[in-house]
Amino acid sequence: MSGEAPLVSFSNVTRFYGAGGGLVRALAGVDLAIARGEFIAIMGPSGSGKSTAMNIIGCLDRPTGGIFRFLGVEVNDLTQDQRALLRRNFIGFVFQGFNLLNRTTAIENVELPLIYRGTGRRERRERAIEALHLVGLEGREHHTPGELSGGQQQRVAIARAIVTDPLLLLADEPTGNLDSQRSEEIMDLIARLNEERGITVVMVTHEPDMAAHAHRIVRFVDGHIASDDHKAAA
Amino acid sequence: MLWETVKLAMSSIRRNVLRSVLTLLGIVIGVGAVIAMVTLGNGASSKVQENLSKLGSNMLIVRPGQATFGPGSSTDARSFDERDVTALQNDLSGIRGVAPTAQKQMKVVFGALNYDTTVTGTNSDWFTVQDWTLEDGRVFSDSELRAGTSVCVIGDTITHELFAGQDPIGERLRIGNFSCEVIGRMAAKGQSAFGTDQDAIVVLPLRTYHRRIAGNTRIGTISISVREAADIARVQRDAEDVLRERRRIVPGEEDDFTIRDLTQILATMASTTTILTGLLGAVAAVSLLVGGIGIMNIMLVSVTERTREIGIRLAIGALERQVLTQFLVEAVVLALFGGIIGIVIGLGLAAGGALAMGVPFTADLRVIALAFAVSALIGVIFGYFPARRAAQLDPIEALRRE
Ligand SMILES: Nc1ncnc2c1ncn2[C@@H]1O[C@H](COP(=O)(O)OP(=O)(O)OP(=O)(O)O)[C@@H](O)[C@H]1O
Ligand SMILES: [Mg+2]
Repeated sequence: MSGEAPLVSFSNVTRFYGAGGGLVRALAGVDLAIARGEFIAIMGPSGSGKSTAMNIIGCLDRPTGGIFRFLGVEVNDLTQDQRALLRRNFIGFVFQGFNLLNRTTAIENVELPLIYRGTGRRERRERAIEALHLVGLEGREHHTPGELSGGQQQRVAIARAIVTDPLLLLADEPTGNLDSQRSEEIMDLIARLNEERGITVVMVTHEPDMAAHAHRIVRFVDGHIASDDHKAAA
Repeated sequence: MLWETVKLAMSSIRRNVLRSVLTLLGIVIGVGAVIAMVTLGNGASSKVQENLSKLGSNMLIVRPGQATFGPGSSTDARSFDERDVTALQNDLSGIRGVAPTAQKQMKVVFGALNYDTTVTGTNSDWFTVQDWTLEDGRVFSDSELRAGTSVCVIGDTITHELFAGQDPIGERLRIGNFSCEVIGRMAAKGQSAFGTDQDAIVVLPLRTYHRRIAGNTRIGTISISVREAADIARVQRDAEDVLRERRRIVPGEEDDFTIRDLTQILATMASTTTILTGLLGAVAAVSLLVGGIGIMNIMLVSVTERTREIGIRLAIGALERQVLTQFLVEAVVLALFGGIIGIVIGLGLAAGGALAMGVPFTADLRVIALAFAVSALIGVIFGYFPARRAAQLDPIEALRRE
């Protein structure tokens, strides 16, 4: 794979919100490259631009300035539908705050990305059940988010992100709502997905314990990357 | 994928049943009105058709006098005689028959019973021209017509009122101080277009009528039945020429008789119905428009309420087209739902109205299908704008909304 373009690359990426006096520089010039198979933790204080960066990596948002490439493609130039196709085919996103469909059962939530991909009914069911089992939610398939605990909802969100077998798993504080026991389980799961399936993982976390699972830790401060440490042994 | 979308649409409608039903009121009223109106209108016009066909098809009616002065004017105009009829029979081509009629309202007696009856003198063409079917017995023979024999053919009402179950053939019926032998009886025709009982009739050979009932040889009306509808105008012109010649009307002078085409009358009646249908259609169109705007409104509310849901769908890879389809399908399902309720209510109203007006009730499948299609179309048209708004949401913005 050497010589191939990195999975994700930022070059001098900025993202501003608002204008004039209310201008917020959520990202103020970021350079970053992520190769396939990496397991990265993004850390940093609240408001430092972590979620903003994740949205750009996830092809949900576009930079205000600079160049963002996904699989070598300049995402700025893509239409909304083209970006939707990238998300659908390559990216699994675990949002900060789940973003599950209410009044919709766990299994239907997990099936949703497959529906949009046009996967057949039976295969969809099977893969959704498999993903829910993987995150330890057997027996909860037909519960709606309202009937699940915060941690269980978090795991439904992870199941939804991995059901498509993505190239890249983005997780914005995947353990933010869990006790340390559950957090460990989720982290083990994510680490396993990275190791066994080769899924590239980018994860935002505030907890150093969780970040310790990653091979590389990128620290954001005020829209800049303050440090970027590769763990020696991985 | 489409079925998934339909199911999704159903479940989101079910979530807000009351609101959905209220939204649909416009469509329900519009579709209901159209269905009720068209169904009733069809019933009414099929009744008119039926009535007119009872009068006979492709028929020309010849009367003495100019019709412009109303029915009273015919009395002082010269009436026709048998030679006029013969001339028409000989000189016209493409006809099924020419039937002279002279009529009088009289009491007809059998045993102890009597009945007010139209006594008609005519020839045997009359049965063909007027589309009568013989139930039993026979019509007049040529010799009976020539000799003016005392024979008669009776209508269904006379059979029932005077003979009550008994076989009338061969019995003698008394009309004033004259009596005739019943040689045939006709099948029922029912009410005429003008609401009179056509079956209260006794038919005599024309000469018999002239001699024994009228005491003169006047012919009030001549009916001409034309074989092909396309020939009506030509036959009408030919008949006019024949009669003008026989009545020695010089060129430039007005006819002293009138030939009317029944299909013309039918066309006039039909166009009146069309105007009425058009008017009611406009009312229905307005309610459908209101219904459509209702759908648009509810869909816009729905899109706003579900911004976050849309954001999630877009974020996990739904294409604009897929979100658009979802909301369009929802609008169409909603509109169809209203359409179905409207169809049911409209048919109910039409059934009630048909019963009250005494016209036949026939649900026209094409109209129902059309109402269905129109409902769907309203869903598409008025659902498009909200659906497009949903599809073009920015996923990030949408996800931030609560
Ligand atoms: N849509 C927006 N409009 C205006 N400002 C925004 C918007 N989104 C983010 N910001 C601002 O951009 C900055 C970075 O936000 P971001 O969500 O990336 O922070 P974060 O690092 O994820 O914080 P947290 O750890 O609390 O999630 C913040 O100052 C935030 O207020
Ligand atoms: Mg954040």
